Amino acid sequence: MSRIEQLGPVERLRGSGAAKRHNARTIAALTGNPGCDRRAVLDAVGVDKVRLAEQIGFAGNFGQSRFALARGNAFEAMLKADDCALLRAVLDVGRVDYQDLGADADDTLTARHGRTRELLASERPALIDHPLLTLEVAGQTVFLEPDLIAFQSEGRLRVVEIKSFAIVDDQADAAKVAGASVQAAVYVLALRRLLGDDRVSHEVVLVCPENFSLRPVAVVLDVRKQLATLRRQLSRLASVPELIAALPESVSFDLALPAAVLIESLAAVDARYVPECLSSCEMSVYCRHEAAGTTAALGRSVREALGGIETVGRALDLAAGAPPTPEQAEAAALLRAAARLRHEALS
Amino acid sequence: MSTLVALARAQAVAAGRAQRITTVCHVHVHDRPFVLIPLAMAGEANAPLAAMAGTAVGAPRLLFVAQPRNRDERFAFAADLAGLLVPYLESFTAETEAVAVDRGRDVRHRFTDAPQVWVPNTGGVDFLRLFGRSTRFRQIDGDYPVPPSVPLLGMWLTFLAGTAEVPGASLLLNTVQALGLHWATGQSGAEDAHLGSLLAWIESGSAAAREAELGPVAGPATDPEFDNHVLAPLIAEGDPALRTVLHDLLLPTWQRMWRALDLLRTLEPGARVGTRWDGDRDAYSAFVEHLAEAGTPQPRRDGAVAAAARLQRLENAAARYAVQRAFDDPLVMAEYRLTGAAFGGVVTLAKADRIDDTGKRPVLRPRIMVTTPEPVRVEPGASLTSPARPAQKAKVISVNPTADGSDVLLELSGGMGRKLIAEPGSVPAVGEHLLLTTLSEAYRPGAAFPDPAETPWTHGGPPEPHPTD
Repeated sequence: MSRIEQLGPVERLRGSGAAKRHNARTIAALTGNPGCDRRAVLDAVGVDKVRLAEQIGFAGNFGQSRFALARGNAFEAMLKADDCALLRAVLDVGRVDYQDLGADADDTLTARHGRTRELLASERPALIDHPLLTLEVAGQTVFLEPDLIAFQSEGRLRVVEIKSFAIVDDQADAAKVAGASVQAAVYVLALRRLLGDDRVSHEVVLVCPENFSLRPVAVVLDVRKQLATLRRQLSRLASVPELIAALPESVSFDLALPAAVLIESLAAVDARYVPECLSSCEMSVYCRHEAAGTTAALGRSVREALGGIETVGRALDLAAGAPPTPEQAEAAALLRAAARLRHEALS
Repeated sequence: MSTLVALARAQAVAAGRAQRITTVCHVHVHDRPFVLIPLAMAGEANAPLAAMAGTAVGAPRLLFVAQPRNRDERFAFAADLAGLLVPYLESFTAETEAVAVDRGRDVRHRFTDAPQVWVPNTGGVDFLRLFGRSTRFRQIDGDYPVPPSVPLLGMWLTFLAGTAEVPGASLLLNTVQALGLHWATGQSGAEDAHLGSLLAWIESGSAAAREAELGPVAGPATDPEFDNHVLAPLIAEGDPALRTVLHDLLLPTWQRMWRALDLLRTLEPGARVGTRWDGDRDAYSAFVEHLAEAGTPQPRRDGAVAAAARLQRLENAAARYAVQRAFDDPLVMAEYRLTGAAFGGVVTLAKADRIDDTGKRPVLRPRIMVTTPEPVRVEPGASLTSPARPAQKAKVISVNPTADGSDVLLELSGGMGRKLIAEPGSVPAVGEHLLLTTLSEAYRPGAAFPDPAETPWTHGGPPEPHPTD
C-alpha cells in the first residue's frame, strides 16, 4: 500500500499504533468544523481518538449499538440477495450487470481502486458494488467506499446510499437525511475528481425501509448544496502537512506515552470547541474541559447574544460596568442594559 | 437567544448553579399528571423496548417487550400501554361546563378538566408521535389483527403529539423543555437535553451535573454500551433478569421527572396560564367528541387546506404565547425592553379629561407624557399597550429625544368606562411608573380558506382518499 505522505513527522506523531483510516463519515464531520486544527491533525495522522481520549482520562461515549448495526447489515443483505433482485426493483434499473469489486478479499486497496477506475472508464451499464475511490483531504489521500454506484441510461453515474433509518409517510428524521446527504456528497465529489463533472450526477439515490417494515423505498436527493459546501470546506482546511511540519519535535500522540505528555502535545495544536462537537468527535469531552469558562462552550447563539465577548468572566465584568476596550464598547452597553433589566425584574 | 437569557447562563457558570429566567411558571402543572418514559430499540423504526408509566411517584408500572423483533409481542405491549393510558385519558369526561359562543347567543360544553401527559424530552414526544402512526391504522380483524385498544391508543397518541406542537399547549409536555423554559444552566442547550444533567444544575450544581451525564439515559434512545454489554445478552438468552435491569435503568429518570414536577409547582403560575389551559380543555373536548362520533384515525398526511389552516393556528398560537408570557412576567418583558419593542418610564404630564370632539360624537381621549431613559423604537401613530391596563390602547403622538432619553406623548383610548369622565384609576397619574409595549393581545381573525373539495390545482387539487392497503 503506497502512502502519499511519506513525511517522517507523521509516524513520529502517531507513534507505534496502527493508522486509523478516514471514511466518508469522518470527512463529513471534519468539514462540519473546519476551523479545528486539532481534529484535522489527529485525523490526518491517523490517531485513534477514542483511545487517546481514554488515555488522557476524558473518555467519551461513541460506541455503536449492535442492534443498529445488525439491522443495517440485514437491510443491506436483503437488498443485495439474489443478484440484487430487490435493489434492482427499487432502483428501477432493469437488466444490467452486477459487478462486485469487493469479492476478492485478498485484494489490496490500490488494486481494487485500479479495477474500479477501469470499470468506470469502460462506461458499461452496471451496478457496481464495493467500489473504491480516493479523495484528497487536507493534503492527504483518503480511500472511500460508497455503498453502490449505479449507471443511468444516459451513461451518467449515480451514487446509491443504503441506510436503515425509516421513511414514514415520505418523511424521515431530518438530521439523519442530512447526514446521509453529506456522506453521499463526499462520494460524488470523489467520483467527479476521477471522471469529470458531467459524467457523475448530482442526484443520489437514498434507499431506506418504508414506514415500519423492512420493505425498501428509493428517494432521489439533490446534493448540489452539500457539494458546494464540501468543496469550500475542504479548501478551507488548513494545509495539514504545513501544520504538522511546524509542530515542535516534542509533540507526539503515541498512545504509549503518559497522559501528561499527551496533554502537553494536545495543547500545541489549537482546537475550536463548540457544543456540536459532543455528538461528532471523540475528543470532545477533553476539549470541553479545556474550553470551560469561554462563551463558545455555551453555544454560538449564546456567544453572539453576549456580543461576541470571548470569556464568561469578561462578559460578567462588562455587565457589571467594567471599562470596555473600543471594540467591546457596543457589546458592553448591551450587557450593562441587560444586567440592569434583569436585576430590576428579579428584585 | 436573547441577551438576558445568555447573561443568565453566564451568571450560572460563575455561580455554579442554574439561574431563573422567569418570575412565574408559564406551564399549567396538573395535580394528577400521567408520567410516561418510553424506551425504544436501537436500529428499529421506533420499535418499543420498554416503558415506565403511572400517575403516582411511588407506583411506577413497567411494561417491556422481551423479544423486540416479535410483532405480536410489540402489539401486546401496545395493548398493555393502552390499558394504562387510555382509562386515564378518558377519566376527565365526567363533568362539563357551559361556555358562551357566538357573542352569548349560544353555548357549547367542554369538560372541566383535561389530562396531562409528561415525557422526559422531545425524543419522547417524537416516539409517541411515531408510535401513534404505527398503531392507529391497524385493523382489529383480517389477516394481521391487533387487540382493539391498539388503534384507539394510536389515535390518542397522535392527538397528544399534535397538541405538543402548539406553543403554549399543556396536554403533552416534556420535562427538559419545561425546565429549560424557566431556568438557565451554565452549559450549552445541547447538553441541557440530558435530563439528569439539567436537573442537577437546578438542584445541586455543576459538579453533580457532570456526574449525572455519565448516569442512565432518559430514553427513548438507549446507550450503545448498555445495548452491547447488558441488553443484547439478556435478550438473546430470554433472561428473566431483563425486567429488573430495565426497571433499574428507568427508575432514576422516573424519580427525576416527579422531582421536576415538584420544582415547577413551587413557582407561582402566570396569570394567563389558565386561559391557555381553557384552550387545551377545548381541544380535548373536541377530540373526545370526534372519537365518540366518527372515530376515524387521523390521516397520514394533511391535505393542502388542512395544512395551511394548521400552520396559521400554530403561528397565531406562537405569537399569542409570546405576548402572554411577556405580559405575565416582567423578566420576559425585559427581553422586549432590551430590543426597544417595550420601554418603561415615568408619567410626567397627564390630561385625564381631554375630550376629542372632532368626530361625530365627543369621546374621551386623555393624553399623557411619559419620560423614559430606555431606547424607544416606535414611530408616531404606533399603538402601544400597557400590561397594567391591557384593555387600553395608547397611540404615540410624538417622540422627542431629550438629554437622557425620550419624552413620548401618548393619546389613550379604551378601558376607561363609557362616560366622558374616566373611571378612577383607569388613566395613569403623574408620577406613575408605566410599561408600554408594541406587543398586543388583540385577537387576529384567521384567513378564509377554501373548502377542501375546492383545493386549487396549484396545491394538488382536491385530496383523494388514501388507497386502502
